[in-house]
Amino acid sequence: MAEETKKFMYINRKAPYGTIYAWEALEVVLIGAAFEQDVSVAFMDDGVYQLAKGQDTSGIGMKNFSPTYAALGDFEITKIYVEKESLEERGLTLDDLQHLVWEDEDEDWAEKDSIRLVSRAELGDVLAGQDVLFNF
Amino acid sequence: MSMLHLVNKSPYESNNLSTASSIMKGGDELLLIEDGVYGAVKAGKASAMLEGCTVSVMGPDLAARGISEDKLADGINVIDYNGFVELVEKNDKVQSWL
Amino acid sequence: MKLTIQVNEGPYQHQSADSAYYFAKAALEKGHEIYRIFFYHDGVNNGTRLTTPPQDDRNIVARWSELAEQHDLDMVLCVAAAQRRGIVDDGEAERNGKDATNIAPGFRISGLGQLIEGGVQSDRLVVFGD
Repeated sequence: MAEETKKFMYINRKAPYGTIYAWEALEVVLIGAAFEQDVSVAFMDDGVYQLAKGQDTSGIGMKNFSPTYAALGDFEITKIYVEKESLEERGLTLDDLQHLVWEDEDEDWAEKDSIRLVSRAELGDVLAGQDVLFNF
Repeated sequence: MSMLHLVNKSPYESNNLSTASSIMKGGDELLLIEDGVYGAVKAGKASAMLEGCTVSVMGPDLAARGISEDKLADGINVIDYNGFVELVEKNDKVQSWL
Repeated sequence: MKLTIQVNEGPYQHQSADSAYYFAKAALEKGHEIYRIFFYHDGVNNGTRLTTPPQDDRNIVARWSELAEQHDLDMVLCVAAAQRRGIVDDGEAERNGKDATNIAPGFRISGLGQLIEGGVQSDRLVVFGD
């Protein structure tokens, strides 16, 4: 019996390092990539801090897991939603975040942006279209 | 396709209620549980965020916190765990705003 | 309706373990099927049998074990989260050279894939956390 494909959305709303949620959420996303579902990841509220450039954890004794986000494209996770209002509230722009890309096999491995900047209303539409919502 | 939104934090401690109420669509429902029930108190500033939303609140959580039902904003349904299960059944998916 | 329940917080520290329990119990009493209860983050602490609450307090761990026994529930502790927090079953003790186990009856330790599979197989995923 063929498994049905569901639309999975992983929602990240917490900052990294202060608590473990961001890291353990990323572990779920990576494991989930093997399940061949239709995967999206969203970063909103303090979750946008997870994608900040220039993270250096050498002084706090914790693993810097931020480079892993750049590998999401290799796991065929290509739909990464970042909420515009959350960035603006925090005085951030997309330039403050890592540049995440994926390579499109159908277009001779052309490099494409993974991050989709969306308003809260647009993100609401995306959430409404999902089947399963994971929160951490 | 409707969604049940769960909020379990006081609106005076976190922005979860604000995020949930601003992203909800018509037809979606909001359920306040645990410390989220403080958001349902009419005299509190945060109850303004509930306007226009279909809102339920967990009765056992209200009672535990000494909030009587006459203190709630208008139109809020007070439910128990059976009602919680029914809301999960009635909506297509659940979003926990943690 | 077929449900998977995710519990992200430890017992006693946060109400989420209590909310999840009462929700699960109500769902079962209404005749719904619980496909799996998955414990993640500090939620894995729901599965240590060494818990010893004061006599006038609820025993959250024993309560889960009883519910699992009554309804033949599949209660899974995430292996990575459990290893970090020192929740150990026989297999883990052997693999990691630990001199004791502490997993409570009715729980098993397995991978994160069990959570994803719960999402695939169930009609609803309900997450309890902080």
